[in-house]
Amino acid sequence: MGQITLEQVTKSFGDVQVIPPLDLTIEDGEFCVFVGPSGCGKSTLLRLIAGLEDISSGAIRIDGTDASSTPPARRGLAMVFQSYALYPHMSVRRNIAFPMKMAGVPKAEQDKRIEAAAKALNLTDYLDRRPGQLSGGQRQRVAIGRAIVREPAAFLFDEPLSNLDAALRVGMRMEIGELHAKLKTTMIYVTHDQVEAMTMADKIVVLRAGNIEQVGSPLELYRSPRNLFVAGFIGSPKMNLLEGEVAAAQNAHTIGIRPEHIDVVDSGPWSGTVGVAEHLGSDTFLHVHDTGLAETVTVRATGEVGLRHGDRVSLAPREDLIHRFDAQGLRID
Amino acid sequence: MARAVSTRRKTIATAAAWGIGLLVFFPILWTILTSFKTEAQAIADPPIFLGFDWTLENYRVVQERSDYMRFLWNSVILAGGSTILGVIIAVPAAWSMAFVPSKRTKDILLWMLSTKMLPAVGVLYPIYLICIRFGLLDSRAALVAILMLINLPIIVWMLYTYFREIPGEILEAARMDGAGLKEEILYVLTPMAVPGIASTLLLNFILAWNEAFWTLNLTAANAAPLTAFIASYSSPEGLFYAKLSAASTMAIAPILILGWFSQKQLVRGLTFGAVK
Repeated sequence: MGQITLEQVTKSFGDVQVIPPLDLTIEDGEFCVFVGPSGCGKSTLLRLIAGLEDISSGAIRIDGTDASSTPPARRGLAMVFQSYALYPHMSVRRNIAFPMKMAGVPKAEQDKRIEAAAKALNLTDYLDRRPGQLSGGQRQRVAIGRAIVREPAAFLFDEPLSNLDAALRVGMRMEIGELHAKLKTTMIYVTHDQVEAMTMADKIVVLRAGNIEQVGSPLELYRSPRNLFVAGFIGSPKMNLLEGEVAAAQNAHTIGIRPEHIDVVDSGPWSGTVGVAEHLGSDTFLHVHDTGLAETVTVRATGEVGLRHGDRVSLAPREDLIHRFDAQGLRID
Repeated sequence: MARAVSTRRKTIATAAAWGIGLLVFFPILWTILTSFKTEAQAIADPPIFLGFDWTLENYRVVQERSDYMRFLWNSVILAGGSTILGVIIAVPAAWSMAFVPSKRTKDILLWMLSTKMLPAVGVLYPIYLICIRFGLLDSRAALVAILMLINLPIIVWMLYTYFREIPGEILEAARMDGAGLKEEILYVLTPMAVPGIASTLLLNFILAWNEAFWTLNLTAANAAPLTAFIASYSSPEGLFYAKLSAASTMAIAPILILGWFSQKQLVRGLTFGAVK
């Protein structure tokens, strides 16, 4: 079991309140991602759940039991840190065994679990090495192994992939996804990378300045962002946000249209000059200027389009996929 | 061309290092050489470098006149006792300053270090009076405490800098893994800080071993360490350079050997944890 509930949780450092009163429930077995720009309080929130920081007021419940003042060691949660935080003086085997040693698990059971974790994480050949002799990806696997063997109520991941290179990151992302599918344990994952959030999460919590901007499944957030911040944060390339006449015509202060929802056509309502064109093969990103709508309108065309810098282009947004926002930046349905 | 410049630079740097090394080492070498000379050769003008009759006479006389082992034992107790006591007090202090810093931590550290700027003689009178009052003159216990207090700021500073190098996340990981404060310090912090603790022990042992102001002023016979042993040979009735040198050599030999075998730790200690 691993249901985690936050009730009116706040956190202040001195006079500065970094987490205003916040309510959130993470269901048992859910893969929940906290995402937001740096300094939005997502790591602080995770550390509050872990018990590494004390909450200033409110309550944290784990499976219904108030754990607000339970020390981290006794919350039954496992954490994977950005820096891996392995014990440099211990072999991989002893690193993985450490939480079990602390919990007083019998030696035979320890060995069994270490073998199983090592096999699952491709670490069998490295058990007698020190962390310093491993690559970044292997170290992260050891950190995950150390978390698995405890059989925790929930896993907490604090930007675990941001120290890895791009290729490794994609691989590890899938491994963590597989792990969740297999263990079905609650996972809370902090990242600033919205691609990680979109690909891994059952539920995404978008944070800004300690406030929850929106909670929902990746597609809910993509299809109906509740406000301008979420609209701009979720999706890549970013949603085009247009103000002025074009928005007024839709009875809105601002309208948003995703780059993939604008088509390059022979004759459409919008036109402009192609600036930078990014040819990815599978897609082409066109940064279009001089449209009279905004400085740049980004368009994502499927496949290769034969447009170059300086070409004139005609564009048609898909009317049914335009998002409308009022003067406060809130969605109008 | 760049290569040639760097080679020349390297040569100059090496020569300079050797030069400074020899300059620093020369007085020690001269002391050791003098200890094997006769008293007449020791004060010969011009000085004799190597061409003298080597003799062990000075060592025999020094050994006969005073009980070297007793002074040595006192030195070991004073330096060892004050260092170990200091580290026991400093580890928790450094731990809390490194891992649970407050707004005043930096001020406290500076204030502690500032006590080292006070000339020792400034507090000689009060401490001397306290020792008389409590019957602590010429007692090893009083000197262990005083030497410990003198070196405590340095011990705390050194341990603080070493502890600061240990990433807090590793200690947090231990907490998440179920370790209490005791297990955290025992299984994670201490093994990781062993090199730092070792250099701290070593450097402070040497500082306490060489301390000459308090050990000379507060001891007579019972608690006198090797510093007093050397000083007893610089008598006002006439200088016995050769015997003084023999006594000095005997006094510095243990610490010189200790230092030689632990050079790596010492260099780390002297750079105050600045180099990883």
